[in-house]
Amino acid sequence: MNAFWIILTGSLVATCCSLLGCYLILRRMAMVGDAISHAVLPGIVIAFLVTGSRDSMPMLIGAGLLGVITTFLIEFFHRYARVQADASIGVTFTWLFAIGIILISVFAGQVDLDQDCVLYGEIAYVPLDLWITEGNLNYGPRTVWTLGFVTLLIILFITIGYKELFLTTFDPAFAAAIGFSTSLWYYLLMTAVSLTTVASFESVGAILVVAFLVAPPATAYLLTDNFKVMLILSVMLGILASAAGYFLAVWMDGSIAGAIATVAGIEFTLVFLFSPTKGQLLRRRQVAPARQPEEALA
Amino acid sequence: MIVQVDNPVVEVHDLTVSYDRKPVLWDIDLTLPAGALVGVIGPNGAGKSTLIKAMMDLLPTSSGYVRIFNEPIKQVHKRISYVPQRESVDWDFPASVFDVVLMGRYGNLGLFRGPRKADKDAAMEALEKVNMQSFANRQISQLSGGQQQRVFLARALAQNADVYFMDEPFAGVDIATETAIIELLRQMRAQGKTVIVVHHDLQSAADYFDWVVLLNMRLVASGPTEKVLTQELLEQTYGGKLTVLSKVGDLLRKQEFPARETKV
Repeated sequence: MNAFWIILTGSLVATCCSLLGCYLILRRMAMVGDAISHAVLPGIVIAFLVTGSRDSMPMLIGAGLLGVITTFLIEFFHRYARVQADASIGVTFTWLFAIGIILISVFAGQVDLDQDCVLYGEIAYVPLDLWITEGNLNYGPRTVWTLGFVTLLIILFITIGYKELFLTTFDPAFAAAIGFSTSLWYYLLMTAVSLTTVASFESVGAILVVAFLVAPPATAYLLTDNFKVMLILSVMLGILASAAGYFLAVWMDGSIAGAIATVAGIEFTLVFLFSPTKGQLLRRRQVAPARQPEEALA
Repeated sequence: MIVQVDNPVVEVHDLTVSYDRKPVLWDIDLTLPAGALVGVIGPNGAGKSTLIKAMMDLLPTSSGYVRIFNEPIKQVHKRISYVPQRESVDWDFPASVFDVVLMGRYGNLGLFRGPRKADKDAAMEALEKVNMQSFANRQISQLSGGQQQRVFLARALAQNADVYFMDEPFAGVDIATETAIIELLRQMRAQGKTVIVVHHDLQSAADYFDWVVLLNMRLVASGPTEKVLTQELLEQTYGGKLTVLSKVGDLLRKQEFPARETKV
């Protein structure tokens, strides 16, 4: 049963992260996801200090706010202070993450959090933190419920805003010209990334979140030319990595999160080498250029 | 030589646009007539693209305003379409030709609605107009430059707007595509649409456009082609010291000469 809960937790995180990651990598913003996953830390700590509990709702709100502030600061430094985009990402998230670390260490006595947990998480403890009602009903691990809720939100968000996200990702100038607010969808996407990060941080940690945000989407990108297929494939690859990673970790008696990220990396390497269309070894040369320009001019 | 018209489709009033507090467009004041093929012409760095982006409210302006159909742009987005420069998007994006053309219909759909059959038919019809129907399922990374331009044009056509802004649609396309595009633009004009085109080739300008805007950071001229494309006005746009200086600048940039001596 424990294996089931752990793999389910990994799969839920993989689903949220992979879906959002597809948009991030196509916007060339994968590292913004990295930044957000670290920068939400002060939001989590402050939410904890204010409410004094580790309830999910205040933390989701605190982290969501911090995520939007991070995105805003990155944009601000880049656009108004004319700092390079990558430098502005680096400055913003290390600074915010450091503030979070200081808050944790200063209020160490009151905060039921530690730095290791935030970075690496501990997915093996997921089945221990159960949601048991007063009537002594056992609903299973608490984390699974939080993550399940966030996963539903993310799927809902991507379904409702599918065409807006697709358009503003592909061609923001055209989107703005025909009346879509590119910044609204940009900030909504970043809020979704923040929510995902905070929901996953205590189980899998910031590092595995980054791995899930980038590796499965990048792998799926090499496998297909259709965006919807890319979304589905990246979720499947993420779930596969969670399951395979768990068994790898059990076999090696090692870190589960580490093994999952490793499997995600192996998936990428295999696809990079053997993808039918874009792989380095098995590329079907000249996909269809045989009959190209003439028919268009007829 | 700035001709103003009554009942303009586009009215630009006192428009100034700056990047980094450095103005790139100064005090533009012009009106464009309905049903015209308008060419925006000027040397590199004259602010041609900036002008049409500012007209569509894609850039913050320092002063002035733009009215389209006598309304602020926010009210008339659905009647405006835009063909950006080809290089402005990532053509390796996982999308098919049809996906991209269908985007032209998005502005007419509500938040929860996906494209319906009527939208798909309109997209297919637009593809037929640019002779690309057999490419509908082709991945966009497999297109040539001319085909990419046709796809962008089809996307704008699918929208069925009233004013079209096009940024260098003839740049880097084959001659067959250029002829096909200009033929389409003429058909659109015949249907009463207004098309505003950023163009860099003086040779073809007289033939293509019936209204010309000459631009070099300031507005040099705006009026019917035969009145505007004169030796004198062109010299004002391209000639004089400004051109010599910008040519030297271009040369320096191309050859990567240091702009000034640097001590090593």
